[in-house]
Amino acid sequence: MTTKKYETYYVPAQSHWPIVGAVALFLIAVGAANYVTDIKNAESGFGGYILIAGIALVIYMMFGWFNNVINESMSGKYSHQMDNSFRQGMSWFIFSEVMFFAAFFGALLYARTFAVPWLGGDGNNAMTGQVLWPEFTAQWPLIKTPDGTETTGMGWYGLPLINTILLLTSSVTAHFAHVALEQEKRGLLKFWLGLTVALGLAFLYCQGLEYAHGYADEMKLYLTSGIYGNTFYMLTGFHGMHVTLGTIMLIVMLIRVFKGHFTPKNHFAFQAASWYWHFVDVVWVMLFVFVYIL
Amino acid sequence: MTTEAIHDSHEHDDHHDHKMTGIKRWLYTTNHKDIGTLYLWFAFIMLLVGGALAMGIRAELFQPGLQLMEPDFFNQLTTVHGLIMVFGAIMPAFTGFANWMIPMMIGAPDMALPRMNNWSFWILPFAFAILLSSFFMDSGAPNFGWTFYAPLSSTYSNGSTAFFVFAVHIMGVSSIMGAINVIVTIMNMRAPGMTYMKMPLFVWTFFITAYLLIAVMPVLAGVVTMLLTDTYFGTSFFDAAGGGDPVMFQHIFWFFGHPEVYIMILPAFGIVSTIIPAFARKRLFGYSSMVYATASIAFLSFIVWAHHMFTTGMPLFGELFFMYCTMLIAVPTGVKVFNWVATMWRGSMSFEVPMLFSIAFVILFTIGGFSGLMLAMTPIDFQYHDTYFVVAHFHYVLVTGSLFSIFAGTYYWLPKWTGNMYSDKLSKAHFWCSLISVNLLFFPMHFLGLAGMPRRIPDYALQFADFNMWVSIGGFAFGLSQLIFLAVVIKCIKGGEKAEAKPWDGAEGLEWTVPSPAPYHTFETPPKID
Repeated sequence: MTTKKYETYYVPAQSHWPIVGAVALFLIAVGAANYVTDIKNAESGFGGYILIAGIALVIYMMFGWFNNVINESMSGKYSHQMDNSFRQGMSWFIFSEVMFFAAFFGALLYARTFAVPWLGGDGNNAMTGQVLWPEFTAQWPLIKTPDGTETTGMGWYGLPLINTILLLTSSVTAHFAHVALEQEKRGLLKFWLGLTVALGLAFLYCQGLEYAHGYADEMKLYLTSGIYGNTFYMLTGFHGMHVTLGTIMLIVMLIRVFKGHFTPKNHFAFQAASWYWHFVDVVWVMLFVFVYIL
Repeated sequence: MTTEAIHDSHEHDDHHDHKMTGIKRWLYTTNHKDIGTLYLWFAFIMLLVGGALAMGIRAELFQPGLQLMEPDFFNQLTTVHGLIMVFGAIMPAFTGFANWMIPMMIGAPDMALPRMNNWSFWILPFAFAILLSSFFMDSGAPNFGWTFYAPLSSTYSNGSTAFFVFAVHIMGVSSIMGAINVIVTIMNMRAPGMTYMKMPLFVWTFFITAYLLIAVMPVLAGVVTMLLTDTYFGTSFFDAAGGGDPVMFQHIFWFFGHPEVYIMILPAFGIVSTIIPAFARKRLFGYSSMVYATASIAFLSFIVWAHHMFTTGMPLFGELFFMYCTMLIAVPTGVKVFNWVATMWRGSMSFEVPMLFSIAFVILFTIGGFSGLMLAMTPIDFQYHDTYFVVAHFHYVLVTGSLFSIFAGTYYWLPKWTGNMYSDKLSKAHFWCSLISVNLLFFPMHFLGLAGMPRRIPDYALQFADFNMWVSIGGFAFGLSQLIFLAVVIKCIKGGEKAEAKPWDGAEGLEWTVPSPAPYHTFETPPKID
């Protein structure tokens, strides 16, 4: 296309999507802040509506923004270098997500290794145990907190094990889909990608069942059930949100595959969705080990 | 480094991306120079807002006794002052420099992801609008210090914690996107021949800063999320009664917080390392040692966080580990200071304003570094903790460190940005007024702290009265001095002596190969670097 040593890097013209996105984030933040404040004060307000408006605006922005990018990409405006920018951008975004989960894993490990044993009098904290909560025994899962909230630990067999198998399998099928795309076997690509989406949805369904099980009266495992319930629901909950997002990304990819998008050389969006999927899979393996088994 | 740019901006017409006019240009822009300008102006406005809050603090502390405000409002002032200066002034200012300069320094046509670049800027004003709006709520603004220790920020907070949390979330998103953009730009868009070890030092320092940002801003997002659920959804991450631990808050917060302070100083090192060689007319004494020192500081910043918590309570091993690791940071920092001094040694120095601010930076930052070394020693820290000595320490590194480097960088690149030279007289007045007032403002705080005056208290014992009066006078003088800066910048934008492409004869780098003011698009075809 060009005789120069370097291809020209595509710098997009002005775009109104970022400012739409900024307003959307503003509405989400203001809405969510008002909403949780009203819940706490047991008042009713308009926060929820602002929040919903913000989310709707963000979805609208994503459609518009991605539409621009897809059109630019399909019309061949992007060089190899641009593709690299997108790939590197996505990998560092995933790294930042890893660090977000690291904060919660850090909280889990800190609570298990330090906070709970110290409350039970470990280390030089014998007096903490005797003076504050003499009845308290340190254990994990923490089924009885110092202030006496009781709950039940979630075992690793059953639903969590099924979920592990579902998600690990889906990572393999996502890889097969990628291989099929690179070998230009469109039929196989549709099959494996469709299967990946189905496995993702099955995972989410099982996760829902597990939560219903936890909130049922036999287990009494709530978000508010002390540090065990906190870390359990926050970690699996954020993971579940990421699986939801990943599934939506894969569904969009599936639609694009049916529309005939992507070539063996040019399929950044597919690659990004697939990386993201592998990432939520790895997080789940960590969860399965540290939240469920150990 | 020898750079020879084949500069051919004339053979391109602006075939796309014509400048829009009016507000739309700024709202919709994808141009790194426009976005850099937006960041810099936003940072300056936030500096004035944060400075106004600081003047409120100093007015209250001018005399002992409660003079002007309730203690709760005083706490709101200190909290929001800290948050604004950290997240609203210093960080966006450096991101502004990165936006303006990095593509020009590495010979790239723009940032790698220009639309995301616009997004990372424009969410910032909204975040600060939310934060500042809490002053006008019934509950008042956050009052728990910028470090928002639980349970002050959870169980005992006033009603605005949710607004604080979501504002911080947006600031974090902005920083992460900005950092990703910088990393991708540097890794992917360097001109052919621009190897990593040929990159200007500012590019290196911001590269490393960007890694710190994407590593720790998500941790901040995590800790504010736990704070949100503790405050509003009944979790007990930071509540011992539910099996959590308030100390855990401090660990997670400072795991973010310590790299954060290097996020605010590493780009300053880069700016000063660019300016000192230019006005000493000598190459930087040890380029590669500067790169390695920056990387070492960044690495060490991840394993020193608990030195903020010596008095909180930690096993003895932890206290010793964090003390020794902290003191280790003095080694790469010493390498840097040595390098700056060695660069000036026997150079043919001239003292234009960027150089004056840089020399002041070297001396005053070193004072802040030494007081940091004192604070690093666990047994001594037991006495200094939460006194004005700490306030003196971090204001020496953040104001006479980071902020002075921002002034230095502005004066260094302002001719490139505007195409005009600024008033020498007025800018020197800004320097001398700032230098004298800032020392009057922060130096006596060392003595106050050593004598035991606690921080974040609106009243104090009578023996601290004289020093506090001087500190307040210095504070107001420093604040007003910044209006001179505003005047210099506005006058320079409006006109003045035309600047040459390279107004400083010792300056090096690709940014000086393009005309002043820099054209709207630079290096659409990459220059060749030998």
